[in-house]
Amino acid sequence: MWDYTERVKELFLHPKNAGEVENPDGTGEVGSIACGDALKLTLKVDRTTNRILDARFQTFGCASAIASSSALTEIIKGKTVDEALQITNQDIAEYLGGLPKEKMHCSVMGREALEAAIANYKGEPLPREKQDIVCHCFEVTGEKIRQVALENRLTTVEEVTDFTKAGGGCGACIPDIEKILATLWETSPVQLEPQKPKRLTNLQKIALIQDVIEKEIRPRLQADGGDLELVDVDGPRVVVALRAMCASCHMADVTVAGIQEKLRELVSEDLVVESA
Amino acid sequence: MTGKTIYLDNNATTAVAPEVLEEMLPYLKDAYGNPSSMHTFGGRLHKKLDEARERVAALIHAEPEEIVFTSCGTESDNTAIMSALESWPTRRHVVTTRVEHPAVLNFGKHLARKGYRVTFLPVDSLGRLDLDAFHAALDEDVAVVSIMYANNETGVFFPVELLGQTLRTRDIVFHTDTVQAVGKIPIDVRRLPVDMVSISGHKLHAPKGVGALYVRKGTRFSPYIIGGHQEHSRRGGTENLASIIGFGKACELAGHHLHQEQTEVAALRDRLESELVRDCPGAAVIGDTSRRLPNTSNIGFEFVEGEAILLRLDEYGICASSGSACTSGSLEPSHVLRAMGVPFTRMHGSVRLSLSRYTTEAEIDQVIGVFPGIIRELRALSPYGR
Repeated sequence: MWDYTERVKELFLHPKNAGEVENPDGTGEVGSIACGDALKLTLKVDRTTNRILDARFQTFGCASAIASSSALTEIIKGKTVDEALQITNQDIAEYLGGLPKEKMHCSVMGREALEAAIANYKGEPLPREKQDIVCHCFEVTGEKIRQVALENRLTTVEEVTDFTKAGGGCGACIPDIEKILATLWETSPVQLEPQKPKRLTNLQKIALIQDVIEKEIRPRLQADGGDLELVDVDGPRVVVALRAMCASCHMADVTVAGIQEKLRELVSEDLVVESA
Repeated sequence: MTGKTIYLDNNATTAVAPEVLEEMLPYLKDAYGNPSSMHTFGGRLHKKLDEARERVAALIHAEPEEIVFTSCGTESDNTAIMSALESWPTRRHVVTTRVEHPAVLNFGKHLARKGYRVTFLPVDSLGRLDLDAFHAALDEDVAVVSIMYANNETGVFFPVELLGQTLRTRDIVFHTDTVQAVGKIPIDVRRLPVDMVSISGHKLHAPKGVGALYVRKGTRFSPYIIGGHQEHSRRGGTENLASIIGFGKACELAGHHLHQEQTEVAALRDRLESELVRDCPGAAVIGDTSRRLPNTSNIGFEFVEGEAILLRLDEYGICASSGSACTSGSLEPSHVLRAMGVPFTRMHGSVRLSLSRYTTEAEIDQVIGVFPGIIRELRALSPYGR
């Protein structure tokens, strides 16, 4: 059972501003029924002052999605559109007295709907184009991941999943999310991957290859029911044997190429990976 | 929350029957001995252990020696599969289904990571097993087939008797998880061609933390929990005596109430289900209604989300569960409903109502009274379905 605040429960049981504004000046629709939550936000805006006169929501989703939507409409009423755009998902969560971390994506959905509605009011195209989709299960763009990660100082894939749902479905995009995070925090002190040492003895190299396979590669293969065994290291040649589901997988070549890429990145540029 | 609890989540866990608690209490107080002891104070308790074993065995028409007490249904499931793999070390293929309880499903995934070949059989849109896939999966390498008797989410039965007949002829070990079925419908292992059967106490009005594995005489067995000589060296660890005694009593009571489960409980379930489907917009039953548990109903409500329904019900003290993503803690909806290909519009709004022999007519009336209003309110909030 989720640990919801009284504020969340109150706004879920007695939501404020539910429904649709008649002849809205701005409409924002985000999410989809397949993803499990969706929000349609409609705004009445004074064209001369750009002030939001009324805001209403319709939400398909859980208690925190409904409460976050209701909270959003309460926060933005009376603000100008530019003031409203300053609102972050954190503001929505704070208004609710906090959300369980797995439910933070509900507050992110509110902020997204707001952006979409204001863009619609201004007659601008949607702030994010769909071509940059990283997580196909939940249709999350790389741009959204970067933005939410920056604003909420997210450094791990699990946190990104809690806030955006990305990576929470089939998990195929987890390496992409890791890359985004790595690029994002490149200049920050957050260390995401082990540093690549300069020169290695044979023994060190083998140990490092084993380490990378154990920590970086096998867990990901195992997540899909596959597995891998290191057979031999001979100069730059790394011989591996694919096991379990990988052994019969028609994507085996792609898997081997991926392993080579990871080993080159973390161990040595000249490595060549072969399947036994 | 106002008023008293209306508990319609009996597939999750059940109330401990008052007679069960009564029977257990002395063994939580003064009679705290260890049945393995040489002294009378502990050793005499062995009789109580035997008595409980007889009662559990009687419910499924087994011999008492065929019952191994465990800590829960999950342990029984894990033990059965692992025992078969240990007993047939050259065989590396495990066959199960996509809709098993996590105790089997995730154990299967774990075995796949360990290098075993694991086949997860599909089901159709009504939750019925794909028999062609079942036959196609059987090969010389199969060490064990583990297929549940009744699904915990939909209540739909699998044709365990039929499957067992096929497996008998091929000499393949067959385990079935009857955790949801035992106590609700008659299970008779004399007629059922199975080798191992999992049972859980807390699903039939015994306390949590006790279960059993039926192991047919002559079945090769290898213990999963290794320790002392308890359970004839089939399961190490000092017996959870009070709970086992309670489990025995609960099985005895379940035997007495089997008829009631299939008549009165089923009638209440049918009335609840048909009135909800009639009165709630966009509602439809999920699963095969012609072959399922008498106490379970799974209804999908279009365009509303399950967690929201549950929390609104909670305001009236009504307890149910949902296959929606938001209630699972993960972002994916129920693996059972996904395997059945239930449409997303309905899957996120699925609610499971599971009754027990303690459910009353008045409680069902109350639920029927408030449920349609909740669905209508949530649909009014939703951007879909208008």
